[in-house]
Amino acid sequence: MATALPKIRFRDPQIEMAHGAGGKASRRLVEGLFAPLLFGPSIEPLADAAHLDINGTRLAITADSFVVKPLRFPGGSIGELAVNGTVNDLAVSGARAQALVVTYVLEAGLPTEILEAEVRAMAAAALRAGVVIAGGDTKVVENGKADRMYITTAGIGPPIPGISLSPASVRPGDQVLLSGPIGDHGITILLARGDLELEAELCSDTRSVLPLVEALARVAAPGIRWMRDPTRGGVATSLNELARDCGLGVLLSENAIPIRDMVRGACELLGLDPLHIANEGQFLAVVAPEYADAALQALRATPGGQEAVLIGSIEEQPAATVLGANGYGGTRVIDMLVGDPLPRIC
Amino acid sequence: MRFVDEFRAADVIGKATEEIRRLADPQRHYRFMEVCGGHTHAIYRFGLKDLLPPNIELVHGPGCPVCVLPMGRIDDGLSMAEDPNVIFTAFGDMMRVPGAHGSPLEHKARGMDVRIVYSPADALKLAQKNPSKHVMFFAIGFETTAPSTALTLMRAKKEGVANFSIFCNHVTIIPAIRAILDSPDMRIDAFIGPGHVSTVIGCRPYAWIAANEGKPIVVSGFEPVDVLQSIVMLLAQLGNAEAKVENQYKRVVPWEGNRAALKAIGEVFELRPYFEWRGMGFISQSALRIRDSYGQWDAEQRFHVPGVRITDPKSAQCGEVLKGVLKPAQCKLFGKECTPERPVGALMVSSEGSCAAYYNYEHRKAAAFTTIGAKA
Amino acid sequence: MCLAIPAKIIELYPGEENRALVEVAGVRRHIDTGLLEDDPPKTGEWVLIHVGFALSKISEEEALDQIRVLTMLGEQQAAVEEVQGYGLNDS
Repeated sequence: MATALPKIRFRDPQIEMAHGAGGKASRRLVEGLFAPLLFGPSIEPLADAAHLDINGTRLAITADSFVVKPLRFPGGSIGELAVNGTVNDLAVSGARAQALVVTYVLEAGLPTEILEAEVRAMAAAALRAGVVIAGGDTKVVENGKADRMYITTAGIGPPIPGISLSPASVRPGDQVLLSGPIGDHGITILLARGDLELEAELCSDTRSVLPLVEALARVAAPGIRWMRDPTRGGVATSLNELARDCGLGVLLSENAIPIRDMVRGACELLGLDPLHIANEGQFLAVVAPEYADAALQALRATPGGQEAVLIGSIEEQPAATVLGANGYGGTRVIDMLVGDPLPRIC
Repeated sequence: MRFVDEFRAADVIGKATEEIRRLADPQRHYRFMEVCGGHTHAIYRFGLKDLLPPNIELVHGPGCPVCVLPMGRIDDGLSMAEDPNVIFTAFGDMMRVPGAHGSPLEHKARGMDVRIVYSPADALKLAQKNPSKHVMFFAIGFETTAPSTALTLMRAKKEGVANFSIFCNHVTIIPAIRAILDSPDMRIDAFIGPGHVSTVIGCRPYAWIAANEGKPIVVSGFEPVDVLQSIVMLLAQLGNAEAKVENQYKRVVPWEGNRAALKAIGEVFELRPYFEWRGMGFISQSALRIRDSYGQWDAEQRFHVPGVRITDPKSAQCGEVLKGVLKPAQCKLFGKECTPERPVGALMVSSEGSCAAYYNYEHRKAAAFTTIGAKA
Repeated sequence: MCLAIPAKIIELYPGEENRALVEVAGVRRHIDTGLLEDDPPKTGEWVLIHVGFALSKISEEEALDQIRVLTMLGEQQAAVEEVQGYGLNDS
């Protein structure tokens, strides 16, 4: 049962990095500044994509910007993120991306070979994802103003038949599915920045999750209540958004959550929680219990979905809260990310 | 993960909790203080309170080196970095701690060169890589971290790195424990002793707690099995009307401490006559400063330190929470004016602070279950 | 107070004073072993690392012993109860 969102007015005097981190501060900015001023009443401000009725045809539309540093990292680059990220936003909103448009903001002095590498990466990613890049725009800013390059992509596509998502449809007893191991992307980026002098053979998980979502839809469409791709802010933030939006509790079994050893090792070393780390190739789905087994089997049978797993369930209590059960009788509240995940020593 | 997973195994945890239930006298209410912020964090992260019988109460101690720093010291550090040629470096723990005009991260957003480092050695390397800049490292921590700062200073001297300095805010743990025991509101039965500080200072420095104050103290590791086993050992001592120092964290803590680490501290640092602790006033011989022989790398000698004393708002009860007199939720500002996003005091923003730990891991659990109770 | 993690020494550098390569679950970092100068670690040994320095060696024996003590707890208690059940003290 959805509870009314509290009125949040944005009172922060200046924009901080935290406002882009995907956690509480980002949410405050969107709900407190953008939503009241920009969005019409029928728009869900935090949804991954908007499903609109355009002269009788339903289309989903979304946009996302990519400012990652460094541009290239093990497993991918900004170009691939720019394609996969938008395809994924549409996929988890229940839509099949058909076309993207792309804008580049380029820093004067950027070597052409770097730009070319990203454009090739985007072309390849678009081909793999089955989308057409239909056009775009380019701007160049002075040297020092764009961290080499920023990319924005907007995507459009028709809804996947049979899927109707809404936090209001979530019920106690529903099951929470996760498509695969978490934390790979965020930790890869942290390590690639080089400031922490850690090394590990880890790669970003960037990929299109559309094939997995479609496989899920084929067997469980009527039972899928909600989906999200846990990017900035991680699984914890996405599930907290769900809990807040539907007013119910989410109970996770922490032992069930797949995390690669290296991600765990890096998180232990730095004092980070893997649940707060960004992912670029995974998604969460809440599924009615009678569809849960079929859903899991369908994902596991799809290439790239072998590690899909049930990680928890929706509960009546505690309301609007995500709890983690540790497997030896204790629980802890899993909160939304506050700012950027900062390595700690204490 | 080796030496971690074994101490999180469900069956071993089960054995420890059974033993706790067996040893805890149902007629008694136990108050155990975990001194160290790392233990507070572990207790909440691992949901250990759920495993304890209701008559064992865990009280949070002041062992959070960020929390006990008066706000003025943050401002002092930031003032040094106002010069555009200065790079302010610190551990991640420091970055969101509020100064009077914002945290280091907020200063970074306004253009100050603020960088997170994982190690003081990285700050020194940064200085070597940026000869035209000055790198200032804001050093915090108890005796766990001081030896690493000391070795870094010794290397800076040996290699003649001129563009590097350290703003020393290292504090020592024994005076903090003494302040707890001297506090008139105090009623602690026994202590879960700091684990990593003890790898440096050993277990001898705690002897007076058992001998003079009659309180058992068990030096404890940080995994669930460690904390639970330490509680077993405390219950056993109290059951036998004993008070002694025991070492639960034997795999890592040497009884005599680390001679080389203590030597490094002695070489580089000396005790300040007194130092102000947030919420606990001035405590003598409780903090370290850099010796004159290393004065060239002492930020307090290189820069003019404003030394402004900023008192916490009267409504903030950081001091009482630090001493364990109040629980975080009992502070009037908890969860309202003071949250991890908008902290009034460092206890809420430092991940070791009891308020942050409670807020992040626990308080909505309590609130939600209270609601159920109210409905019933 | 603080975050210190068990890590395995995987490489030492005889030419460089006090420098070692350690590994935690596949993640590697260079650390300073200066605080262990009294008993320098060897490759394959485990150390506790904190802010890029090794603070202490980890005793595998003590770790195993600790787990053994705890796992035996239940058995000891069960043995005591069993003997009591023989009624040897009733007379």
